[in-house]
Amino acid sequence: MSVFSGLKFRKVYSPIHSLDPRIKFIYVCAIFAAAIIFWELIPLIALFLIQIPLVLLARVRREWQRSMRGAAFLATIIFLTNFAFSFIGANYKIVPSDLERAIALTLRFVVLVESFSVFFLTTSPDHLGLALEQTHVPYEFVFAFTTAVRFVPVLAEEAQTIMDAQKARGLELERGNFLKRIRNYIPILIPLIVSAIRRSLELAEAMESRAWGATKNRTNLYVLRMHKGDLILIALTILILAAAVYVRFNVRIPSMYDILTKAF
Amino acid sequence: MIEVSDIHFTYPNGVEALKGVSLRIEDGEFVAIMGQNGAGKTTLVKHFNGLLKPSQGKVLVDKQDTTKTSVAKLARNVGFVFQNPDHQLFSETVEEEIAFALKNFGFKEDVIEKRITWALNLLGLAQYRKTSPFMLSGGERKRVALASILAWDPKILILDEPTIGQDYEQKEKLRQFILQMKTQKKTIVIVSHDVEFVAECNPRVLLMRDGVVIADGEAEKILTDPVTCEKASIVPPQIAQIFLNLPDLALPRNVIDVYEAQRILLGIAEKSRR
Repeated sequence: MSVFSGLKFRKVYSPIHSLDPRIKFIYVCAIFAAAIIFWELIPLIALFLIQIPLVLLARVRREWQRSMRGAAFLATIIFLTNFAFSFIGANYKIVPSDLERAIALTLRFVVLVESFSVFFLTTSPDHLGLALEQTHVPYEFVFAFTTAVRFVPVLAEEAQTIMDAQKARGLELERGNFLKRIRNYIPILIPLIVSAIRRSLELAEAMESRAWGATKNRTNLYVLRMHKGDLILIALTILILAAAVYVRFNVRIPSMYDILTKAF
Repeated sequence: MIEVSDIHFTYPNGVEALKGVSLRIEDGEFVAIMGQNGAGKTTLVKHFNGLLKPSQGKVLVDKQDTTKTSVAKLARNVGFVFQNPDHQLFSETVEEEIAFALKNFGFKEDVIEKRITWALNLLGLAQYRKTSPFMLSGGERKRVALASILAWDPKILILDEPTIGQDYEQKEKLRQFILQMKTQKKTIVIVSHDVEFVAECNPRVLLMRDGVVIADGEAEKILTDPVTCEKASIVPPQIAQIFLNLPDLALPRNVIDVYEAQRILLGIAEKSRR
């Protein structure tokens, strides 16, 4: 659950939260692209560090740390597989450049998680829906999307209650071999699915009794408009992307190992 | 016996649900826990079978420390019926639903068979033995949930909001059933908002507010004290309200039972006629 809590939105007022989600999304995509075009350690460290001021400015440091911790497990697997294969490839020798590359590829994953985490931590589901709607996605899809996002914590809570109810009937989730353990989850999954379906039917009825879809052209209470902050973020995004492309094609990126050996 | 000594409990999201609760429930006692929404009632009873472990303090159930015993082991003696039956029903037939816990506790096949029949008869569900629990009405599902707990005959029975969504007849059956359990020396703890129901059962009442117990005593005493009741966001039962609001008649102030009230009023009517 810790991975999800790192992506869960909490209402905070900060300059990052009030940015246009569309621009934030473009920024995330730019970071994504920049992280993908590098496999060297130094630019990836730079991409990692660039985002820390945003996290601090958005005052979501604690949640962000939690999502980073959530990503640690997968990051470790990425590191180990990369390192293990190059280790075997180099005839069972530890080559500094191989080690550096394994770290770089791990860091690439961390940068991706970091940027998505910043996006989801600072964008409310409502805002996200609004952004989709204003980019002319049909409202039915937008509504389905935002509702799904909003019901994730509700379902998580319900899953917990169901788990408690079954534990109170002597269910031990951790008991038995691998297959038995999977089967142990049936008494939790069935009530969860049944109640999710029941809930969706109730929601549909409640919406229809409040005239959902009565008019074709909906209006919104809030309309997204670009502000100064958004322009700054666009400029920053273009700058990062341009710099990344320039460095990729015109600069020979030194390895961390070279720098360290020269320095000492 | 349940012994709770000065427990505190804080949820992971930082909500402090219990702020120092101490109490003792003897074997064979019948206790109703009441209080406003969010007072910590359900949080408290979830400590009785170890679903929640206190962040501070100690809970002993039959001398066993709940922090050192698994829920499954505690559950053998403590049956917990959740508020919403839909949070536990999953089997294809009512029969299998009841067998689930019995299998978890390692009962033998023939014993399971007998227990199922016994529990189904007890709650008037025998005709639904092979029916899917999902096809039943709300009240019937609630009874299946109750039957699935009673089947293993726990010593202590916890019922979270047992009267919600039940019609008067079902409530009356439930009350009769609880009284029957009481004569079998079972310990019964109910969490409820239903003042009239609790008044009719006449148990020991615990009132909670903001994570602490603010009153503990006989229902006749606690539920007829409007000041204490108001603190816990409940109102005295209607009979008690009538008696409290007629000071000129010099009525006793601790009446919650309809039949007792009727007797007293008839006595007064008789006197005034003479």
